[in-house]
Amino acid sequence: MSEVKLENISKHFNEVIAVDDFNLCIKDREFVVLVGPSGCGKTTTLRMIAGLETITDGNIYIGERLINRLPAKDRNIAMVFQNYALYPHMSVYQNMAFGLEQRKAPKEEIKTRVKEAAEILGIQDLMGRRPKQLSGGQRQRVAVGRAIVRKPEVFLFDEPLSNLDAKLRVQTRVELKKLHERLATTIVYVTHDQVEAMTMGDRIVVMKDGLIQQVGSPLELYNTPVNTFVAGFIGSPAMNFFEAELVRSGDLVNLQTQSFRIDLPPEKTAVIREYSEKKVVVGIRPEDLREAKEHVPGKTIQTTVEVVEPIGSEIYINVIAGEYPLTASVDRKTRVKPHQDFVLEPSLDYLHLFDTRNENALT
Amino acid sequence: MERFGSKLIKFYTPLALYLVFLLFPFYWMANTVFKSDIELYDLALNPLYIHSPTFDNVAHLFTKTIFLRWMWNTFFVAILATIISLAASLLAAYAIQRLQFKTSGPTGVAIFLGYLVPQTILFIPLAHIIFKLRLWDSLWSLILTYPTFLIPFCTWLLMGYFKSIPKEMEECAMIDGTTRINIFRKIILPLCLPGILSAGIFCFTLSWNEFIYALAFISTTHSKTVPIGLVTELVRGDVYHWGPLMAGALCASVPVALVYSFFVEHYVAGMTGALKE
Repeated sequence: MSEVKLENISKHFNEVIAVDDFNLCIKDREFVVLVGPSGCGKTTTLRMIAGLETITDGNIYIGERLINRLPAKDRNIAMVFQNYALYPHMSVYQNMAFGLEQRKAPKEEIKTRVKEAAEILGIQDLMGRRPKQLSGGQRQRVAVGRAIVRKPEVFLFDEPLSNLDAKLRVQTRVELKKLHERLATTIVYVTHDQVEAMTMGDRIVVMKDGLIQQVGSPLELYNTPVNTFVAGFIGSPAMNFFEAELVRSGDLVNLQTQSFRIDLPPEKTAVIREYSEKKVVVGIRPEDLREAKEHVPGKTIQTTVEVVEPIGSEIYINVIAGEYPLTASVDRKTRVKPHQDFVLEPSLDYLHLFDTRNENALT
Repeated sequence: MERFGSKLIKFYTPLALYLVFLLFPFYWMANTVFKSDIELYDLALNPLYIHSPTFDNVAHLFTKTIFLRWMWNTFFVAILATIISLAASLLAAYAIQRLQFKTSGPTGVAIFLGYLVPQTILFIPLAHIIFKLRLWDSLWSLILTYPTFLIPFCTWLLMGYFKSIPKEMEECAMIDGTTRINIFRKIILPLCLPGILSAGIFCFTLSWNEFIYALAFISTTHSKTVPIGLVTELVRGDVYHWGPLMAGALCASVPVALVYSFFVEHYVAGMTGALKE
């Protein structure tokens, strides 16, 4: 059993609170991704699990063991670092064997385990080389290899892909996921890249300023973000936000900005009754804005195109709707030029509403 | 051609001038070694070259003084002082840079402050201590006092070097179950070899050339180091035995020159503190 449980974990560096009241139960064999902007405390959390950082408050368990004060070497974990931290004066083989040698494993066993790991990662031919003689991708494999020879209960990854070029990153992403299936161990993975988080994680923990914002599966985070931070962080291009007033007219409620109006469907109106005549933050993802043939007040938004970004599979267009800039992701066949008028129709099913003050989602 | 011209003015000429400036004393020294006293004191002769070469001065140095003994003394002192200083500095620098104890910053500064006290002042209290320890006139007085100025410099040099080693390397080793002392032995030391060599060369040359402490603490001819031996035994009152004096200087600079030329590449790498992946 290699469940990892974090209870009320806090970490203070003098006055600075790096992680505050962190609670999470990582199930056996689960792939959990900690994601957030730099300085959000995700790496600190990982380092606390690893035992490289003391915890100020709270309890950490691996399986049934309380490991608060257990030294890193006794936690039976392995960590892959962002800069790989390979030993430059040792060959690839020595790098991979080092951990086992330190634990006084028998020579034969070390040999077979290193060979096994090298085969899994396809680096058998590199065993005699020094890290200096390897490409970025190969170094990354060696770093992973060094972690898997130890057969730890939990793998910790600290932004392992951020030193790779974009193409290699996508490839390695897939390989790491395959590796997870093959090894069937618990993985805690830290990244600042939401695409990595979405594609790799069974569950994602979004953090900001040392606090967990939301924990959930990739689609949960995408479909029902709990606040504007998560809504804006997950998804690319980022969700559009604008302020609007909820105005009641008869049985309907509509969203009124200075320059346009969106009528809400009746099923939404019940939920937000208490907010009527108040301002809310409206969020809509670029992919939930469609091109419309003609402007229908209450249903569509009249905009002016500013920048067109064709990315092949679709086109991102940056438009201005009154005072608000919006980004829409439209069909690749759409013919659109800067400065032209463009009518957008939001799909109301995917409209997100947030409180203006605490920025939490209205449910 | 024009480019060569400009290079000649901007590069080769200043370099040549600098070399002449730098090497002239050595030339003068070597020149004097092979001249007889009569030629040396004849103002009519051109002093820049040797008219009738002789080995009398070298012979004088090796037969009438115990120069080889002095060489051995100097070597013995320099090697031991270097080993002691390196051992202490390595541990101190590692502790200050990586163990991050509460007073690690102030400790580093305190060690550096020790370096700022000039030797010409420090030898007075040191002499007192040496006397109390009954080490007066013993080579151990030098072996134990040289580290007072060697350790601070080496510590700071090595601190800079340790800083350039990614922390993650140690952390990874720690997770792998390596003890601190093994991390130090198997990862830090091999990676710092250029830095350690630089520090070692530095210690060795400084100890080899040291003058004030050796002059103050040693008085028996038998225990003298080369710099003191030459100056005290070959300058009698106001009589300078220039020939043997220069012969001694020439012979004494050979080991240092050898050490440098042997390690020069490492030395440069160590000074620039570069640990390239």
